[in-house]
Amino acid sequence: MDFFLIHLLNALLYASVLFLIAGGLSLIYGVMRIVNLAHGNLYAFGAYVTAWSVGLLAAAPLSLQYLLIPVGAIAAAALGAVLEPTLLRPFYKRPEEYQLLVTFGLLMILEDVLRLVWGPYPLSANILADVMGSVSILGAVYPTYNLLVIAIGAVTAVFLWSFIYRTRFGVVLRATSQDMRMSSALGVNVNRVYVQAFTLGCLMAGLGGAIIVPSQSAVLGMGVDALILSFIVVVIGGLGSLEGALAGALIVGVVREAGIALFPEIELAVLYLMATIVLLLRPAGLFGRA
Amino acid sequence: MSTLAVALETRSPARVFAWAIPIALALLVLPLVIDQYQTILLSYGLVMGIAALGFNLLLGYTGLLSFGHSAYFGVGAYVVALMVKYLGVASMELFLIGAIIGSVIVTALFGFVCVRYTRIFFGILTLALSQVLWSLAFKFFWVTGGTDGLRVPTPTLLGAVSGKGDKIAFLAGPYYYYVLVLFFGCVALMWVIVNSPFGKALQAIRDNETRAEFVGIQVWHYRWVAFLVSGVFTGLAGALWVPLNGLTTPEVLYWPFSGELVFMTVLGGFRSFAGPIVGAIVFNYLKTYAVGFTVYWQLLMGTVLVILVLSLPTGIVGSAGRLLARWKRAR
Amino acid sequence: MRLLETQGLVKYFGDTHAVDHVDFAVAEAEVLALIGSNGAGKTTLVNVISGLLRADKGTIIFNSVDVTAQSVHDRIKAGIARSFQLVNLFDQLSVLDNVALSIFTRGDKTRKLMSLAELDRAVWQEALQVLYLFGLEAKATMLAGGISQGERKLLDVAVAYALRPKLLFLDEPTSGVSTREKAPIMDIITSIVRKERISAAIIEHDMDVVFNYSDRIVAMHGGAILADGPPDEIRRNEQVIANLLGAAP
Repeated sequence: MDFFLIHLLNALLYASVLFLIAGGLSLIYGVMRIVNLAHGNLYAFGAYVTAWSVGLLAAAPLSLQYLLIPVGAIAAAALGAVLEPTLLRPFYKRPEEYQLLVTFGLLMILEDVLRLVWGPYPLSANILADVMGSVSILGAVYPTYNLLVIAIGAVTAVFLWSFIYRTRFGVVLRATSQDMRMSSALGVNVNRVYVQAFTLGCLMAGLGGAIIVPSQSAVLGMGVDALILSFIVVVIGGLGSLEGALAGALIVGVVREAGIALFPEIELAVLYLMATIVLLLRPAGLFGRA
Repeated sequence: MSTLAVALETRSPARVFAWAIPIALALLVLPLVIDQYQTILLSYGLVMGIAALGFNLLLGYTGLLSFGHSAYFGVGAYVVALMVKYLGVASMELFLIGAIIGSVIVTALFGFVCVRYTRIFFGILTLALSQVLWSLAFKFFWVTGGTDGLRVPTPTLLGAVSGKGDKIAFLAGPYYYYVLVLFFGCVALMWVIVNSPFGKALQAIRDNETRAEFVGIQVWHYRWVAFLVSGVFTGLAGALWVPLNGLTTPEVLYWPFSGELVFMTVLGGFRSFAGPIVGAIVFNYLKTYAVGFTVYWQLLMGTVLVILVLSLPTGIVGSAGRLLARWKRAR
Repeated sequence: MRLLETQGLVKYFGDTHAVDHVDFAVAEAEVLALIGSNGAGKTTLVNVISGLLRADKGTIIFNSVDVTAQSVHDRIKAGIARSFQLVNLFDQLSVLDNVALSIFTRGDKTRKLMSLAELDRAVWQEALQVLYLFGLEAKATMLAGGISQGERKLLDVAVAYALRPKLLFLDEPTSGVSTREKAPIMDIITSIVRKERISAAIIEHDMDVVFNYSDRIVAMHGGAILADGPPDEIRRNEQVIANLLGAAP
């Protein structure tokens, strides 16, 4: 029983982070119809920045250090706010290959920037997780910090949902995503909406990295892995849909955890198989719109 | 009808012979004037030229941007290495046959999944599948040698020319010419393919998928065949590369390598036939000398890619062509 | 003999019946106009018959064969071709290439990887002849993306014609073209189809074009056929007048 519970919690932990990354990717696509291949590296960036700032203030009281966790998210958001107008905007009107090429170039740049700034070795912030210890649930012992991550994921999902469906900005966002020209004709400043949407998407990815880093270190290559996994999530859940990102993240989290427990060698292959089957049967995903 | 003659003459692909022959002659004669190290370096460039040529059948002619072509290069390379390890093969011809068979199988399978989709889905699917292969090369380390990789000794060419003895002389001499002949063959073959009715159909699909469907082209089938041809060329390049390198590691399946293929093709110009080849050879020199400068050369590559896409989208060949046209007009 | 016949054809978009139980027929060697206000279902009908969309209900019989479930490729082989309302061409290929492609696919020649396209003289001769028919031979070597709108419209039709269809659907062949150019374009198109006894179903909004060039008019409204008959009869039909033509002058 406790074996099962631990795997379930791990699945939820994974799903939490994946939801943040994939949700950001989906949001950006939903509003702007572009996929940023460097999105995974924004997640990595968030992880590195948080780990680094926690390391910087290692001497400070722990409570202060916890407050540093969002720093990674904010840094990723700031980076996104800079990137959209400079690197992405020139390409909206050009054929899609160019968009893909430029974000791929960005992927390569960010990967090496991470190495340049923080070196080739993993960067961690374990202290924050270790100090919280573990808690006993129904006979299983589980790190308390991980429960915090799961909680943050759930809260973010609720917050995002209300943000998108209950605020004025959310209405503007949804209108622009459905019909860019019409919104523009109605007076919406599309350029500003785009940069805001992109920033929000990057914030989410950065947050995913920031909250996971106390639990597992920031390493090079985590960005591309995250990109591929979040892609599997949106394939299953449907690109452009936040509910889809949530559903997809949960499914991927569970399947991956089951794969690790039962077939560790080919766990990645099982996920790809699943994504392939979904693509073949229901190309738009569970919740997607074409 | 003279208009037909005019129409065909001005666009005749045979005009390419004007460039091709001097360059071919130069390549034949070069080893006599440059040193052995430079000859081997050029061999690497020619091999990557074949890979880029294959890659560009998909990008430039069919409009599909693959981020996972390292998979097929790696398949070619590992097939050779595994043939050495498990079958004790030393014949280059057998290596090539094995690599082709392996590439056909993998590209047929991967292509079946990927070509149902276009653009971003296609791109990430190809990336994802190549990552699967990479992770398999890691995990099954008792087969693939893991990160240490597998060594491959110099092969025997045509059953007669043995690789034993002075390795450098072999690679700079007989092996260079072997690669060169195959390079000429691949270029000629690809040239015929892109100028065939099939090639025209691919370009139609690139330009307007719906219209292509309504002209009677079964888009999915054609894309799949293009994927197959593209992957086999790249796999062949992988097989030719291994003896040069002496070793194959999972690096060759990892996504940055796919990135290099994309980069060199865009550098040379993906809207022309020769662009990818030029890009591959130029890139080969750039990489060799830049790696000496800095270990952050992926940063360099990414930056140049962004600049290229922003301001020089037609690459070296395209820009040179434009300059040439302007110079001709100015005279 | 009826070349094409649809029975109870239905296409839904969500709750809307874009095509609502339509029985539509085209005879051999007939030129008909398909008219109706925007949203009447004309383009959807053509999309379903040509295969771009699948019918939700009903059957399509072409040349006595049930093609309802057939792919686009098979329908083209059977003899149905179409042009598009928003011009759909291969912009990076030359005008000659655009037409030649239809001829290559017609002969199943696009399967050939190992032969040079330039060497197939027969195809290029035919392609040039088609261009002559349509008055486009002067632009043979220009890229399709670089010629005028009127020429692009004609090229769109030429590409479909080069498939040697039995039934040609033309979706607004003169839209976006100046009034002065409309008649020459329609003259060329109708003379070609009549001479070769190709049936043509033309979606048109310009009533002058409709009444001057068609043997028969089919009027649609709200996804259903409102009226069907020779021009004189349609001109006098009250429902058509009310919904489409406006009050009689």
